[in-house]
Amino acid sequence: MTALLEMRDLRVTIGSTAAVRGATITVNKGETHCLVGESGCGKSISALSVMNLLPRGAKRETSALRFAGEEIGRYTERQMERLRGDRMAMIFQEPMTSLNPAYTVGSQMTEVLRRHRSTPRAQAVDRAAELLARVGITAPGLRLGQFPHQLSGGLRQRVMIAMALMCDPELLIADEPTTALDVTVQAQILRLLATLQQDLGLGILLITHDLGVVARIADRVSVMYAGEVVESAPTASLFATPEHPYTRGLLTCVPVPGKVKRDEPLGSIPGIVPRITPGFTGCGFRDRCPEAHAACTGAIPRQAVSAEHELLCTLKPGWGGKAAA
Amino acid sequence: MSGAVLPAGRASRLLRNWGFMVGVAIVGFAAIIAILAPWIVPYDPFAIDLDRRLVPPSFMEGGDPRNFLGTDQLGRDYFSRLIYGTRISMVIGVLTVITSGLIGITLGVLGGFYGGKVDDAVVFAITTRLSIPAVLVALAVAALRGSSFLLVVLVLGFLLWDRFAVVARSTTMQIRNLDYVSAAWCAGASRWWVLSREVLPNIATHLAVVATLEMALAILLEAALSFLGLGVPPPLPSWGLMISEAKEYMFFDAWVIVIPGAALFVLVLGVNFLGDALRDMMGTDLSR
Amino acid sequence: MLRFFLRRFAVAVLVALTVLTLAFMLTRLSGDLAVSIAGPNATAEDVETVRRVYGLDRPLTVQYFDWLGNALRGDFGESYFFRDRVSNLIASRMPVTVTLGLVGLVLALVVSLPLGILAAVREGSWVDRLVGLFAMIGQAMPSFWLGLMLMVVFGLQLAWLPISGADTWEGFILPGVVLAFSAIPSLTRLTRSGMIEALASDYIRTARAKGLTRLSILVKHGFRNAAIPVVAIAAVQLGFMLGGSVVIETVFALHGVGYLAWESISKNDFPVVQAVVLVLALIYIGLTLLADLFNAVLDPRLRSA
Repeated sequence: MTALLEMRDLRVTIGSTAAVRGATITVNKGETHCLVGESGCGKSISALSVMNLLPRGAKRETSALRFAGEEIGRYTERQMERLRGDRMAMIFQEPMTSLNPAYTVGSQMTEVLRRHRSTPRAQAVDRAAELLARVGITAPGLRLGQFPHQLSGGLRQRVMIAMALMCDPELLIADEPTTALDVTVQAQILRLLATLQQDLGLGILLITHDLGVVARIADRVSVMYAGEVVESAPTASLFATPEHPYTRGLLTCVPVPGKVKRDEPLGSIPGIVPRITPGFTGCGFRDRCPEAHAACTGAIPRQAVSAEHELLCTLKPGWGGKAAA
Repeated sequence: MSGAVLPAGRASRLLRNWGFMVGVAIVGFAAIIAILAPWIVPYDPFAIDLDRRLVPPSFMEGGDPRNFLGTDQLGRDYFSRLIYGTRISMVIGVLTVITSGLIGITLGVLGGFYGGKVDDAVVFAITTRLSIPAVLVALAVAALRGSSFLLVVLVLGFLLWDRFAVVARSTTMQIRNLDYVSAAWCAGASRWWVLSREVLPNIATHLAVVATLEMALAILLEAALSFLGLGVPPPLPSWGLMISEAKEYMFFDAWVIVIPGAALFVLVLGVNFLGDALRDMMGTDLSR
Repeated sequence: MLRFFLRRFAVAVLVALTVLTLAFMLTRLSGDLAVSIAGPNATAEDVETVRRVYGLDRPLTVQYFDWLGNALRGDFGESYFFRDRVSNLIASRMPVTVTLGLVGLVLALVVSLPLGILAAVREGSWVDRLVGLFAMIGQAMPSFWLGLMLMVVFGLQLAWLPISGADTWEGFILPGVVLAFSAIPSLTRLTRSGMIEALASDYIRTARAKGLTRLSILVKHGFRNAAIPVVAIAAVQLGFMLGGSVVIETVFALHGVGYLAWESISKNDFPVVQAVVLVLALIYIGLTLLADLFNAVLDPRLRSA
């Protein structure tokens, strides 16, 4: 498989915080890559880095940032503008506030096509209506003329997805697209993303902290902690043989049907994600890690568990012998 | 963060704010001059000398070293009049703020604290006040009653309370709805206790910001009224009156209006700097 | 929505009635109005004549309702000094004041909108601080003094513009600039804070993710939302500007309503003063109502609420 997105050794500093410290993320064509981890571990920052949409004051560095084979790390803002919304699109966690309250759904959707393809208005409206129908919105003609505040959260997120698809992008970045929605709506949106991915051959980078979501739709998972990818593997492999103590901890926190015994409490990881300043060395998880030892303050080796399964830990792969979950 | 650390942090931030320092310097200087006026003036500001009229300031061509800022159209020492003018502006500013503050804070706190019909009435009073053209009414009242120093203070005080009321009302509402204040209510604290112990101390800082802005406005309005001849009556050396008396000569000797106008501008700017720094500080602290 | 406006309208009418009453009380402040009208050289007999002619010998409540009834019909009585209907006087002076107000407002918007946007985009930079300082200076500037200074510099020394009067359109430039200065600080600050808030919002991030151009993001998506409070304040500012026109019209000898009021004040011509106070207050009340309407048009959330 060819890599659609290849981001190597991403480093982001925001003020005196090292938000991302050498994360490598690749997304193959037509693949769903999930980025999981607790809040504040650098998932969203990594996602925003791909499109260079970081907040002001954030500094981004990569050793390579390739999109469809082209190095875009040194692209100017102008060049990036042309890529965004056209060949790579993004949807966000907050459907309630991510649409501009002052304009109709139709105007905000057609704007993308008019900007990138100079499509005449009538054609752009047709395309918008077609996509609204595609994301499961009934009466698209009516919705096009409505304002965001007239739509529910689930509908707005569908509109966001449809808007992201206006130019047939190759890569869709979804930053916790279901977190703010009701549980039933969450399932619908995820199913929609999975269907779209199959039909359109989209590469999806999906950020989530919900391992249930990951189990259902991801091809590949990267676990992030304190700005690093601590473990990355095909979904099946990660769930079968989680190696990093943090991954194991996460898995014990999730009730997986058939794996959790009745009357047994779910696990939890004590403590919170630390704020990492530049110059920090060693493993960011060591203060919360049950397996921590002296070597955890030094350089942490990147090890291959198998061909597709990578681990960032001082423990040898297979240390625990069996899956914790 | 503990309560003891915060004020020190605020204070040091204020000291690093150059706008605040400039404001303190200007207003402090003006206050000292206003207080010491009788002792530092070189001449009697009311002493007329018709033989020495419109002498330019000493640093200008034709100036006389005896009169640092020259003399006015009646030969009175401009520097001495300017110093006494500081006194008038400062006193009017402070007294107006006290008057309007008493009215506005009372109304605002009542509205914010009791809510309901009382609040409706207060909002109505504020709306009505805002729709009245203040300068015009001040002029009319001065014309009807005959202008005097006290009248200017009273008229301005009765016209400039709106911002006090608006801010006092909204901050009182916020504080009344805070958990610990509700807790005090439930614990059986009297209204007066809650007002004096919880509400007033907590809105005081916001009101300090309003006070500076209103003081600046009062100083400007007094000058405008005096300029139109219906403020402080002559021969008192109000800066507005000095500009008014000098404006016939301004096309020949521009300095006659530049001097009192610049003094007015600098003082108001200083008061505004002070208020702005306070507002910045409150703004950052409120967002926490 | 409709209910909201009916309520707003009812309050506006009540405020207007209150101002009417206050305007009536204003002229009765002097104690004996007849003495004021008759002037300092009048004999006791003159004062009595005045009292009878102007109906001041009637009970106060009768005078009040009489005046109120007339005022509601747009009849503010007759000027003591100009010997003309007050309504005619105001109508003939109004165009000058309104022109001046609009020139001032347009100038203020032309300066403060770009400055506010610039300061917001460069928040925290030296440009932002410079704009803040400019607003500060504008706020501290005594308008009458600025007017005199501009007259000296542009009218006399450079001789580019007329010193006073409004015989030609150039006569509106200097007073317009002075009037604009009074509104620039608040409009600039409001534009800046509105833009900062808008630019930090999620929909701006969406607009960037859509690959829109910087200009489109700033103006179409950012300013469109920041403009809502600015429009409201601009209308209110116009009201304040008209109210403050008395000072500027006097400085520049522009024969508008403010100048009329000042003339009447110095001539003890109270029906005129009363009427000008009232008319300016009514304009202000109307403008704030209009601002609310405008807000509803600009903000779709309000429209359907």
